[in-house]
Amino acid sequence: MRHLKTAFSHIRRSPYQALAAVLTMSLTSLVASIFVLLTLGSMALLRYFETRPQVTAFLKDEMGVEQAMGLKSKIEAIEDVREVKYVSKEEALSIYREQNKDDPLLLEMVTANILPASLEVSTNNLESLKKVAEVLKSEKGVEEVVFQEDVIGALSQWTGAVRKIGAGMIFFLGSVSLLVVLIIISMKIALRKEEIEVLRLVGAGSFYVSWPFILEGIIYGVLGAILGWGVSYLLLLYFTPFLESFLTGIPLLPVSPLVMLTVLGGEILVGSLLGAGGSLLAVKRYLK
Amino acid sequence: MANVSFEVKKGEFVFLTGPSGAGKTTAIRLILKDYLPTEGKVFFNQQDLAQIPKKKIPQLRRQIGVIFQDFKLISDWTVFENVALPLDIIGSKKQEITSQVEKVLKKVGLWERKQFFPAQLAGGELQRVSLARALITKPLILLADEPTGNLDPACAWQLVKLLKKINKEGTTVLMATHNADIVDSLGARVIKLDKGKIVSDEKKGKY
Repeated sequence: MRHLKTAFSHIRRSPYQALAAVLTMSLTSLVASIFVLLTLGSMALLRYFETRPQVTAFLKDEMGVEQAMGLKSKIEAIEDVREVKYVSKEEALSIYREQNKDDPLLLEMVTANILPASLEVSTNNLESLKKVAEVLKSEKGVEEVVFQEDVIGALSQWTGAVRKIGAGMIFFLGSVSLLVVLIIISMKIALRKEEIEVLRLVGAGSFYVSWPFILEGIIYGVLGAILGWGVSYLLLLYFTPFLESFLTGIPLLPVSPLVMLTVLGGEILVGSLLGAGGSLLAVKRYLK
Repeated sequence: MANVSFEVKKGEFVFLTGPSGAGKTTAIRLILKDYLPTEGKVFFNQQDLAQIPKKKIPQLRRQIGVIFQDFKLISDWTVFENVALPLDIIGSKKQEITSQVEKVLKKVGLWERKQFFPAQLAGGELQRVSLARALITKPLILLADEPTGNLDPACAWQLVKLLKKINKEGTTVLMATHNADIVDSLGARVIKLDKGKIVSDEKKGKY
């Protein structure tokens, strides 16, 4: 296609400008990728925690299995209680062993006697959760009641903050990218005034004249998107081992390639729009 | 220009002469609707140019062939691509373009140079490339704005011979020039301009 050829030859003639545009776009894309991944991660984390028991009551050793079962039924009877699970001392030990299998030092010290049995309760809403907590606290056989609510609350706040900061940064960087493309294309148009005049005298319409410039903007956007995405993917792979140990037991990682490809698709789209937008603005302002 | 009025009929060969600043280029640019008249009307092919909206100006220009003193070729493109431009603009297919370009380049004698760039060609050749580009859409009229201005006498004559040939084949030619020799030798219609006014309009004129 003539216009694509023209766009590429324009790019080849000003490699530094092209580099500036692509790097700016890729920075935007990189930041966007990171924030998208963080948001997706937080949301997945949130979902995970919501399915986990939200209140855990650690039972005193004096409480036998029968009594524990009795308590379990009592809690189950409360409205909006989704699930009550009894974890015996032995089960607690095997879970602990599984989580810390890479750390022999921790495994040595712990036997079934040390770990308490527990009741793990999940509810459908906050009110019943509070009620359950009250009931458990008032029980004599209960050593300690741990609320997961705080974790979820903190996580929700964190997710909200990540989203807001991310949106702000992406908006800012996106604007910068658009402006960079606008400036570069404007310069190109100014530089090519003679060529444009020739095209017009021979009867070229506005579309024929402006399309190579718009294509150029889109090319910058696409290249920048791919570059930024690529770097973010590499960073993700690099940090996955570290993150995996941090998030033991939570099935967040590794991130599926399908998710990453979807992110890439979205970024290429946004990159093209930013590039095309910048070029269109330049064309509207500076092309007679 | 002041109170200039003339009519060019189909198939004519008309010289527009006069010293620099007489209004020759202005006249040509008015026909292209590059300049707008402050008073009066310009008709092309019986159509009032004032009635043509800005969006449709490209269509108007595609019916007119133009060559200029400074050739106005695109330096990044080969001869072939420069000549193919008008057809590319109207969206002709690749084979059609290739065959038309070959025809017209052969007519001006530059088919062997089709892959050359403007920087590699001499003035006379460049003007012939411009001419080829102007003719490829088989326009009704060919406007020539001082086409021999940057050419040596030999090339100038060669070009005018080509123009005569094209005119004989049916294309109307309107040529602005201040090359007295050429005007005198052709015996064609001469419209003399001076300071924006028509001084004379003779059927077989002299400079």
